[in-house]
Parts: sequence; structure tokens; C-alpha cells
Amino acid sequence: MNAKTAAPLDVAIEFRDVTYYINDIPARAIVSGVSLSIARGETLVLLGRSGSGKTTLLKLINRMLIPSEGQVFVGGRPTTKSNPIRLRRGIGYVIQEGGLFPHFTIAENIALVPTLEKWDSARIAARVDELLRLVGLDPAEFSNRYPRELSGGQRQRVGVARALAADPPLLLMDEPFGALDPVTRAELQREFSALTRRLGRTIVFVTHDIREALLLGQRIALLHAGRLVALAPPDDFLRLDHHEVQAFTACLDSSDGVAS
Amino acid sequence: MTPWIFFESHRSEIFQATLDHLTLVVIAMAFAIAIAVPLGMLIVEHRHLRTIALGFASVFQTIPSLALFGFLIPIPFIGGIGRRTAIVALVLYALLPILRNTYVGLNSVDPTILEAAEAMGMTTTQILLRVRLPLALSIILAGIRTATVITIGVATIAAAIGAGGLGTFIFRGVAMVSDAVILAGAIPAALLAIFADLLLGQLERRLKVV
Repeated sequence: MNAKTAAPLDVAIEFRDVTYYINDIPARAIVSGVSLSIARGETLVLLGRSGSGKTTLLKLINRMLIPSEGQVFVGGRPTTKSNPIRLRRGIGYVIQEGGLFPHFTIAENIALVPTLEKWDSARIAARVDELLRLVGLDPAEFSNRYPRELSGGQRQRVGVARALAADPPLLLMDEPFGALDPVTRAELQREFSALTRRLGRTIVFVTHDIREALLLGQRIALLHAGRLVALAPPDDFLRLDHHEVQAFTACLDSSDGVAS
Repeated sequence: MTPWIFFESHRSEIFQATLDHLTLVVIAMAFAIAIAVPLGMLIVEHRHLRTIALGFASVFQTIPSLALFGFLIPIPFIGGIGRRTAIVALVLYALLPILRNTYVGLNSVDPTILEAAEAMGMTTTQILLRVRLPLALSIILAGIRTATVITIGVATIAAAIGAGGLGTFIFRGVAMVSDAVILAGAIPAALLAIFADLLLGQLERRLKVV
């Protein structure tokens, strides 16, 4: 059997030999020759240092960026052949600090995509309440507040709720918990990992934090200088002997020492 | 003759000139806003148009106002002696502060918010109208405020081409070498400017989104 053509239904996202560079300078590629399949329902963590190309890889999925070479398939279709607006409305997106609109209330923020998709207002209101409860916020208390009136952790919860609003099968998360204090971060990580298990979405999660990667990922993809250098489930990942893997596991030990 | 006696004896005339002045300013500002705000929205996405539009608006700011009024008189349709010519000149003057602030305001929105908007599947137009514009409102209003204060001042010169307003007293006072007559035009104009500045400043603070 040819692995590339087998069971396309189980593949949510596929990178086929993807290279990305700007200003037509292939020598300074941000992502080089990445091939990677992400299964439906899987949580894949993209791990790497700053500038390793992980956010670029994420943006290639929802066509915020277009590959310079190779192709990215989402739901079996190359992103270049999809309407970018339709594609993005079917993909939830969470960034650091949530990227919430400061002039929208919490309810309006969460209702963004359903409003764009012209759901009727009763359905939107019901959905907003449901999502706020899902992320652990009381609708009566939070619906009419503005983002600036919330703590960082609460804003991040709203960011997750907004991404889930139109029930997208796919979620992209770019260091969503990066700006939080360690206690809030650990709390959200635990809740989020339980939530994702329950929802069964396909999730691509970008982080530079190895602990977060081990906690949340079903598989971890390690990027180094734009190349995919390791891809393994958490247990196997720790045993890999690539130097960049070891650089990450080493900082795991050292931060262990600091924390305890 | 003290200013106060002149004020007392010409009360209704001064009041009428103030009204005329205000009318001139309001009409000119309405046109300037109607041109500069949409143009500012357009040049956010069109780089070439941006250079041309900002350059064009800047040129008028460099022409001394009295000269601009003079230049416009011989131009057919918009020119001639009177209010219409004055309004055209005032609009040209008011364009730059409004256009520049509209562009800067729309462009200064936090990039992570714009990234989120794009990633959620908003179109360029939706991002402009529902995200950039509401967040830029207080900066746009600051431009309108600056333009209004400038226009109230420049409009006094419009009297030179027969457009009426408070400038009538100023020019008459200069010709008569009478401080009292000059002040009859200058004081109401200054008060108008201060009042407009305060009022628009209030509105600007109210529209500010933190």
C-alpha cells in the first residue's frame, strides 16, 4: 500500500513537501521541505524555539500564508484551491491574549463567526451561553463585559470559546497560554486538555514550552530552523537522540530543579 | 471708542456675522469630512493612492490661505467672489488633518487584533468597517477637531473675497485702524474656536476604546 494515498478521510491536514520563503529568496526559507500528516481528532503540538517556523506552519494551514513550494491540504483540498474566507470560517484560531476585539463585549466577541455566518440571534445567544459555560465562565456575569475588564486567564478562555463558536472541526492555537502567569497557565492547560479530549477536534497547537507540549500533544513535531527534525508521541519523544530534542529535554530538567 | 461700546452698539451685526461664520465652517467641515474620511479608508489598502492623496492634501496646507482664496477666484464653476469660493478653500485646508488622522488611526490598530480578525474569516471590508473604523474613531475625531479649529481661524480671511463672517470686522478694523472693530471679529472667532475644541475634545474622549 502506498502510505500517501491511504485513507485520506482520516487525514485532516497534510503538508506535502512545503517550503515557505518571503521576497523570493529561497536561501532564507522560513520553512523548508516539511511533510507532515495530521490525523482527524488528533492534537498535534508544533514545538520549537522562537523563529523556528512553527507559527508560519500554522498560518499555512488557514491560508494566512501560501506555500512557496509544495502544498498544504486541509480536508483533502489544497489550500490554494479553497476560498480563504470559507476555509478560515471552518477553522478556529486562538492566539496569545486571545486577540479579542476591545470594542466588542465578551458575548459579541464569541458570536463573531456565527454573526458573520448570519445565524439568527436566538441561536447565537444560546450558543454564546453554552460556550461560556464550557470554558468555565458564568454567562450572566461575563456576557456584557468588555475584554479589558477580564483577567488574562479569563480573556484566554473567551479566546477559546470564540474559536469554538461555529463548531469548526479544526482548531489552530498559537501559544495561547504564553502570556499567563504559571499558576493560571497550569490551570488552563489541565482544563484545556480535558476539554479537547471531550470535543474530539483536530488541534494544531504551537508552543515553545516542552512541558506544555508533553502535557497536551498526542504527537509532538519539533521544528528547528524551518525543518521538521522530530515527530513522535510524548513518551517516545523524550527518548529521541536528536540534538535539538535533547536541548529541549535538558531545559525540562533544569526548570524542574527551579520549580521544586 | 472702547471695544465694549462698539460691541453694545453693534450687537445684532456681530451676532449675525458669528452665525454666518459658523455656517461657513459647518458647511466646509461637512464637505471635508465627507471627502477625507472615505478617502482615508480607501488609502489603507491602496498604497499608490495613499502617496497621491496625502501629497495632494499636503500641498494645500503649504499655500498661504490668503493666496489660496485669491487663486480660486478666477477658476470657473468653483471660483468667483463669495461664499462658494471660500467654502472650497476651507475644505481644501481641512482635508489634510482629517485624512492623515483617518489613515493613521485605521493603521494603528493592534496587529494581533487584525490577525485574529483575518484568521476568523472576516473579509477586508468587514475588518475595515467593524474593526479598524470603530477602533480608530477617537483618532479620526482628533483630526476633525484640529481641522475645525484651523477652519474657524482661516474662515476669517474668507471675508477678503466677500464671503462674510467675522473676518468682515477684522478687515474693517484694520482699514479703520480701530482695535475695537478688530476685536469685534477676533473675540467671537476665538471663542468659537475654544468652544469647538472643548466640545469635540469631550466627544473624542467618549469615543476612545481602551
